[in-house]
Amino acid sequence: MASGIKDKIVILGMGCSRFGERWDDEPAQLMSEAFEECIDDAGISKNDIEAAWFASAIDSVNVGPSALPLSMALRLPNIPVTRVENMCASGTEALRGAAYAVASGAVDIALALGCEKLKDTGYGGLPQRSRGVTNDLHYPNLSAPGSFAQLAAGYRAAHRIDKHDLKRAMAHVSVKSHANGAKNPKAHLRREITEEQAIGAPMIAEPIGLYDCCGVSDGASCAIVTRPEIARSLGKQNLVAIKALQVCVSNGTEVGHNSWDGSHLVTTQIAARRAYDEAGIKSPRQEISMTEVHDCFSITELVTMEDLGIAPQGRGVTDVLDGSFDAAGKVPCQIDGGLKCFGHPIGASGLRMVYELYLQLQHRAGPRQLADPVLGLSHNLGGFPFQNVAAIAIVGQL
Amino acid sequence: MAVAASRDATEAATRDNIEALFLASTTHPFLDRQNSVIVSEALNLPQTVRAMDAGGSQRAGTTAMLCAVDAVRSGCSSALVIGSEHRRTRVGSRMEMLSGDAAAAIVMGSEQVLANFVDAYYVSCDLVDHYRMDGFDFDYEWEERWIRDEGYMKLVPLAVSKLLEKAGLSISEIDHFILPSLQQQLSTAVAKQLKLGSDKVVDGLIERCGHSGVAHPLLLLAHTLERAAPGERILVIGFGQGCDALLFRATDAIAGAPKKRGVSGWLERRAPDSNYARFQTFNALVERDYGKRAEGDKLTPMSALFRNRKMVNSFLGGRCSKCGTVQFPKSVYCVNPECGAAATQADHPIADETGTVRTWTADHLTFDMNPPAYFGMVEFGAGGRAMVDFTDVVPETLDVGTPVTLQFRIKQFDKQRGFRRYFWKASPA
Repeated sequence: MASGIKDKIVILGMGCSRFGERWDDEPAQLMSEAFEECIDDAGISKNDIEAAWFASAIDSVNVGPSALPLSMALRLPNIPVTRVENMCASGTEALRGAAYAVASGAVDIALALGCEKLKDTGYGGLPQRSRGVTNDLHYPNLSAPGSFAQLAAGYRAAHRIDKHDLKRAMAHVSVKSHANGAKNPKAHLRREITEEQAIGAPMIAEPIGLYDCCGVSDGASCAIVTRPEIARSLGKQNLVAIKALQVCVSNGTEVGHNSWDGSHLVTTQIAARRAYDEAGIKSPRQEISMTEVHDCFSITELVTMEDLGIAPQGRGVTDVLDGSFDAAGKVPCQIDGGLKCFGHPIGASGLRMVYELYLQLQHRAGPRQLADPVLGLSHNLGGFPFQNVAAIAIVGQL
Repeated sequence: MAVAASRDATEAATRDNIEALFLASTTHPFLDRQNSVIVSEALNLPQTVRAMDAGGSQRAGTTAMLCAVDAVRSGCSSALVIGSEHRRTRVGSRMEMLSGDAAAAIVMGSEQVLANFVDAYYVSCDLVDHYRMDGFDFDYEWEERWIRDEGYMKLVPLAVSKLLEKAGLSISEIDHFILPSLQQQLSTAVAKQLKLGSDKVVDGLIERCGHSGVAHPLLLLAHTLERAAPGERILVIGFGQGCDALLFRATDAIAGAPKKRGVSGWLERRAPDSNYARFQTFNALVERDYGKRAEGDKLTPMSALFRNRKMVNSFLGGRCSKCGTVQFPKSVYCVNPECGAAATQADHPIADETGTVRTWTADHLTFDMNPPAYFGMVEFGAGGRAMVDFTDVVPETLDVGTPVTLQFRIKQFDKQRGFRRYFWKASPA
């Protein structure tokens, strides 16, 4: 029986660029900004890195294909670099690649870096792009908000929730993230909003309004990982270890079989179950100190908190409105502002989430530092509610 | 429109009997790619169907009916004739005011007919009341009075009298006289000349749907068949560089014929729209800014379209022979998590199923010709589900649970290469 990844890997250092509309910066500059912070934090030299994993999702308008953009941007010492793409979950995939390589003993120190340069399209929102030759023949021309808006329709129908109540809970999710993001100097969107603003904002895809959508940003984030004994030999203390890394990928059941009611994410539920098993977590709501979930849209965050087993099924609205996931709540969610306000440079997001958990666990999060975090969970999601990649990382003190 | 009319005219179960398909129009979307084959695949007709596009004149619909008569007489079990027209007209023109887009489908065969074909007479002469040369978008018309006096008032009475003579009938034995024309009073004037009572003249529906070109004689015939009594005779004229005169007589079967949506049903399924700018943009009469999101490459790979034609054109899914689960698209492994059997799926038609909306949204961000873009997950009655575009949605009326049916519609235009892609959209039932 496989023993999983728990406590086999520690984070030697992490870095994250400022996220936002970085009109004047090339991907190479974004990568370097995250990397310099990371390598300083790790206290090693570039030549100590033996392998790297590079996450970027939309290469057509972005950094370009293959692992070359990372290797060339950082002038890595001709080490093996692998580019991974799993839509918005790519960042966590890069971390998984690096962690597994180090855990296997094939290398001692590995880099995971995600970068996305989205703001060269000439319009707001994510780039319009092909879904593949055959898919384009029959798929609706759906936008990201258009696909996640359907989660709201499915959720509302399954739990018989009044549309105004759901909209108010969605607004609360965004108000909370804006309040958190305002305290984060690296965040893309740094101003507070009110519930009225969120509810009254222009409609993007019913019932998702402007403030229900996350920022579309340029940015990069990265991690250097190693095994605990190597970290200790480098004089590192207060180590943050990976407790679980799980990825669950849809197999077409949701979109093709009538067993799925559209109210939740099957993959998140499965990935969460596996991650809790791997980390030895029995009661997530009690044991997890904080979460960074894939709040591409407010409804996604609300439903995800249920799918993670942190909010009871069908009780997401109540939990959100009670403030359970606010900065001062039971399980703070998106203490860094989340995708909503920190921003969403796709390939960088999974690593950005872990970056925040890492800072919090090391008590280095500045004015947004939580009291006494023990375990942090990140949830990174690529695709649509009806077919997607869910990636979960759990980190905690070793 | 041609597919919608044909689906209304035929039952899915008996479509295998259709051995010939004639699609008549002067506005075929493709000049070189047989449009009638697209219709035939949308109807999931057998691959052995004889399909032909007819056009070149407003008379093409009635001439296609005559071809169908010949086909049936030479042993074809049934032939589907469709008139379909979507004419572009100049902004502010008389044609714009009087025209409408429509399609009508008539099934011709030798069994269980609603009306017997009695006889026909046709005249060909190069009377140019209007024309549209290759490379031009709009018709050019001559003076109405000349068209009336030298065209309709002379050619139609000639053809009708010859037809009556052939059939051994007198004009008083005609119960319904169908003469489509842009001139509203003209059919009555011709009837008067023929000494036919004005009560026998079939309403041209100009005010309700407009003159639909090639489709119009077929449309008015379909409308007349909805209310014709057994034994009544129907005279249909198709006019254009001469004219066709076709005589039918309703059979006893017409009394008990199953009710279709028909012309009346479609006219009742109305959604009034007073947005003239939308009409102009839909007909490419003004250059509209669709935004940067519309700029993406819309290439349709023909090889991919061909290998997926049963899915795209016919909306065939798969049905697992092991567990019976219906799925769309058809796949190698059964989607039922309890089954998962490989290579067990047979083609399964879904297009005629009623579906139920499972999830939906109105997307204001994505590119759409008619924003917001409605789409979502539809579950079908006999199993299976698909994420599809919605169409003909009345705002604020769509929700989880709304019943829908599938319509064959334009999915996308590739303006760079001059191509249009079709697929199915769900519309509230």
